Amino acid sequence: MKVIVPVKRVIDYNVKVRVKADGSGVDLANVKMSMNPFDEIAVEQAIRLKEAGKADEVIAVSVGVKQAQETLRTALAMGADRAILVIASDDVHTDIEPLTVAKILKGIIDEEQPGLVLCGKQAIDNDMNATGQMLSALMGWSQATFASELDIDGDSATVTREVDGGLQTIKVNMPTVVTVDLRLNEPRYASLPNIMKAKKKPLDEKTAADYGVDASPRLEIVNTVEPAARAAGIKVGSVDELIEKLKEAGAV
Amino acid sequence: MQFGLSEEQNMIVDTVRSFVENEIYPYESEVEQSGQVPHELGEALKQKVIDLGFYACNFPEEVGGAGLSHLDFTLVERELGRGSMALTHFFGRPQNILMACEGDQRERYLLPAVRGEKMDALAMTEPEAGSDVRGMKCSAMRSGGDWIINGSKHFISGGEHADFFIVFVATGEDQTPKGPKKRITAFLVDRGTPGFEAREGYKSVSHRGYKNYVLDFTDCRLPDAQVLGEVDGGFAVMNEWLYATRLTVAAFSVGRARRCFDYALNYAAERKQFGQQISKFQGVSFQIADMITEIDAADWLTLSGAWRLDQGLPANREIASAKLYATEMLARVTDTTLQIHGGMGLMDDYPIERFWRDARVERIWDGTSEIQRHIISRDLFRPLGA
Repeated sequence: MKVIVPVKRVIDYNVKVRVKADGSGVDLANVKMSMNPFDEIAVEQAIRLKEAGKADEVIAVSVGVKQAQETLRTALAMGADRAILVIASDDVHTDIEPLTVAKILKGIIDEEQPGLVLCGKQAIDNDMNATGQMLSALMGWSQATFASELDIDGDSATVTREVDGGLQTIKVNMPTVVTVDLRLNEPRYASLPNIMKAKKKPLDEKTAADYGVDASPRLEIVNTVEPAARAAGIKVGSVDELIEKLKEAGAV
Repeated sequence: MQFGLSEEQNMIVDTVRSFVENEIYPYESEVEQSGQVPHELGEALKQKVIDLGFYACNFPEEVGGAGLSHLDFTLVERELGRGSMALTHFFGRPQNILMACEGDQRERYLLPAVRGEKMDALAMTEPEAGSDVRGMKCSAMRSGGDWIINGSKHFISGGEHADFFIVFVATGEDQTPKGPKKRITAFLVDRGTPGFEAREGYKSVSHRGYKNYVLDFTDCRLPDAQVLGEVDGGFAVMNEWLYATRLTVAAFSVGRARRCFDYALNYAAERKQFGQQISKFQGVSFQIADMITEIDAADWLTLSGAWRLDQGLPANREIASAKLYATEMLARVTDTTLQIHGGMGLMDDYPIERFWRDARVERIWDGTSEIQRHIISRDLFRPLGA
């Protein structure tokens, strides 16, 4: 079974983001970029499936700018077998929309015929949480989102999902799209031998047009603002004072 | 000129940095408080590094290392510099000088060191022979085909964990126009050899938990098989293999300075006095500007020294400059960071006071700043006959 893992190049989770002066988005110039952490978890899971003999090949895919090649190399250094880069924009500030990505992924799936697609549940830049679900709909496949446990057994997969009320376990038919949550695993570090091998692994370069997909944006960003700064709190001297203040604030 | 890192180099940097942040940082306070690394923790770290294929990455592939170039290895050292040295010691980088092992020394010392089965320590300094290496008193005399060693060594880093020591000992004296000059030989000495004792040394202000050891030799008998390199060839092996260790100190200093700098930057951006962030005062913001300028300069100087080694270009002066500048830069950066933090910088709630203490030794070991200035100036004047 082939496993496809879509990975997105996003602003590094350690970077303190800044909104661009014109409000069109977040400033990405000269900022450290990394693999979306949820996608890293998906890559790790795919490699574990391969190590457990449940997958034969792990293919990492990224849709975006040319620089996403670095992100794919990271996936290859972790242990993916090969990679496909689909260039859909030449501007690092253009975010490729979930439906566009899902359509391109469908094109790749039609060619590669994987048994499983493992996605991060969302990208930490725009938090859309949509690509996996859209892909499942386009393919007419089952889907299991927010996976914190995944067990594949022949034609079906048992997935534990992190839902608002707790954990929900479902069984889905293969092939399927699974989006992974934070607690599924702890991604490995790229080992030195794998880092050195990554460059020799195949990385195919494609364009959105190769899959007949128009990647131009359909959504318009009206404005981007930083979250309002939290107002300073106050210290109270006693429970009585606390109750009084809460009453004043209309909270009790 | 090409100033960027390759994809591989970027991944090496990312992996080592994540390793230090996730596997080293969480234990630093504990090590700092107790002054030691629990045995199990050290072993667990070592195993993780072995699994990652980074153990002994400074060794060539034919002996089981990763065959990293000087530049790649300097990047590894730079990222390790961020973390506590007591802990990063287990990110094993055995002494390159072990490549001088011959015959069964390879099986007994070199290969086990590369595999992480045995740890090594290098012993050169003596109480009366610091910068003046040739002034060493520790000596070996011939006796029935063996060597009998007497004397002491001190400041031996890694002595606590070492299974064997690479010890430099005087094995004779030559008369030269400038006066007598000692001949030096390197020996491989196993822990537990009769007549050899390794004991804990002084309590240092820098790098707590990274202990320095004292070695005592009392009629310690060693066969010829323990000689590393040639008899009287100690300086030759030293020059061939220990040449580049100054770069690792420079790289450490750059990595540590960057970590320290992040504290200075963030604190200056958040701390408010007189109704505004202290970064709005030029007295603070200009210090930040000077710090990053110096860090970048030291970084490039260090990487270019490593690059010169890889290119086979003369690098002695350049490496001395990198060691001198990077260690003195680290002293200034840690001191300024502490000043920006004010009184809190001295308290052990922040790691700043530790960075400041740790930095002090960098200007002393692996050749003091004065020795580096000597190397640099001699390199310039010697061709002029001055």
